Amino acid sequence: MSLSDLYQEVILDHYRAPRNRGRLPDATVSLNAENPLCGDELRLDLDVQGDRIANILFEGRGCSISLASASMMTELVKGGTLSAAREAIARFKAMLRSGEEDEALGDATALVGVSKFPVRVKCATLAWTALEQALDELSADRAR
Amino acid sequence: MFDPRVVRRDFPILEREVHGKRLVYLDNAATSQKPRAVIDAVADYYRRSNANVHRGLHQLAAEATEQYEAAREKVRAFIHAPDASGVIFTRNATEAINLVAYSWARKNLKEGDAILLTVAEHHSNLVPWQLVAQETGARLRYIRLTEDGRLDLSELDRLLEGVRLVSVAHASNVLGTVHPVETLARAAHAAGAKILVDAAQSAPHMPLDVQALDCDFLAFSGHKMLGPMGIGVLWARPEILEAMDPFLGGGEMIGVVGLESSTWREIPWKFEAGTPNVAGAIGLAAAIDYLERLGMENVRRHEEELITYAYRRLEEVPGIELYGPRDGRAGLIAFNLEGIHPHDVSQVLDQEGVAVRAGHHCCQPLMRELGVAATVRASFYIYNDRDDADVLVDALQKTREFFGRVAL
Repeated sequence: MSLSDLYQEVILDHYRAPRNRGRLPDATVSLNAENPLCGDELRLDLDVQGDRIANILFEGRGCSISLASASMMTELVKGGTLSAAREAIARFKAMLRSGEEDEALGDATALVGVSKFPVRVKCATLAWTALEQALDELSADRAR
Repeated sequence: MFDPRVVRRDFPILEREVHGKRLVYLDNAATSQKPRAVIDAVADYYRRSNANVHRGLHQLAAEATEQYEAAREKVRAFIHAPDASGVIFTRNATEAINLVAYSWARKNLKEGDAILLTVAEHHSNLVPWQLVAQETGARLRYIRLTEDGRLDLSELDRLLEGVRLVSVAHASNVLGTVHPVETLARAAHAAGAKILVDAAQSAPHMPLDVQALDCDFLAFSGHKMLGPMGIGVLWARPEILEAMDPFLGGGEMIGVVGLESSTWREIPWKFEAGTPNVAGAIGLAAAIDYLERLGMENVRRHEEELITYAYRRLEEVPGIELYGPRDGRAGLIAFNLEGIHPHDVSQVLDQEGVAVRAGHHCCQPLMRELGVAATVRASFYIYNDRDDADVLVDALQKTREFFGRVAL
């Protein structure tokens, strides 16, 4: 295990230049997530039009893994359907469990190395778990 | 004065490598490593003398009891207590503080009373008092910090009004500040309050004298001072212990047990229910022997010299922020590298063989006070030397190069 297994260049790139960073004033759903153990904080704003995530922005503070992961996640699900987002979440979590790359995850595939560093898994999954919660809230709202 | 490189040879774990590098262990504020003498004392006890204590008339029981009580006497001498009846073995400092919270505070505090803490306390000297406050209606009050991280005692008299207990760390596990416990004890007593000193970060590192400190309770853990995990100490003034109810009920702590009620053994055993950690106590005694051979004055002097050197070297790292006062600190230092999360710093250091702690160090209120989510902490001990500080600084430079400029 070396540092470059964990911190692939594409991860550092997302960390240094995060995509989809900011706030959406008229978000359909917003979610605050935190990992009190690390002090990581993340806010997701989603603009959902029908079955599509028209826009998604994040803000937060945390380690390179958690912020890069959030950036990669937004890039992957933006413009896609809600069910595609749910599938991506499941695939991402499965990848961290199995340690096997999943090319369907785009840049986020690079986070596969995190599976070898169990203490960092929570950092990598923070944004994805937050997205899952946001989607749950959205469907609960719509069911009402 | 001792040579840390000679000391290092007594610690088998320090011979190992981490990721192909020499292990530079700088997480001593979390737990210290153990010398061969401590490991052997624990193993020898299990090999030769293992038996339950204070009962059983056979030879092994007598030997185990004798060694267990000899450990208590060793602790008494280490903290310069007048009488071993005030020395209670616990699991750790946390349990020692909880013992006082349950058996003393819950009975003696009522609505309107106050407990005075500091914002720099470890969760172990914070959460037990929150529970007491919730149950008794007592209020918590806090001593805040000056700009450079010392206790702001300018309003101490006002803060002490209505206070029944002051509970304060002797040395901060984040800022490295050594708190003026004697001053606080004098003020607390003048205000009619008792004072508990959390010595978890001082007992391993400097001479301790409960009579000079003039405290009422003192708590510390064995594992941070070369001893095994699972053994800690509460020292309290015997007259206070006499008036306190037991903490845990069970065997070992009783006199006569009836079906409806029972009588208690005399102190300290009244507070040691169940089979105690005999091997732990014996290991702690071996740790105290080891430290006293070095001399606690020498331990303190070594760490003062080392932390002064480390502070100066760390200051050379661009973009570093160091927390706590420059002078008079204990042998630890918390810091952050601009734009790089402590967990990322710690990950890179680990690859260089350097073990540090990254996170909130069980001090979330203090982190908020400092305006940070987390810090990196390097904490030194008797087997660390200037080389270790140099390796740390080099590894931090590498960390900066690795993450480069981050535009956030």
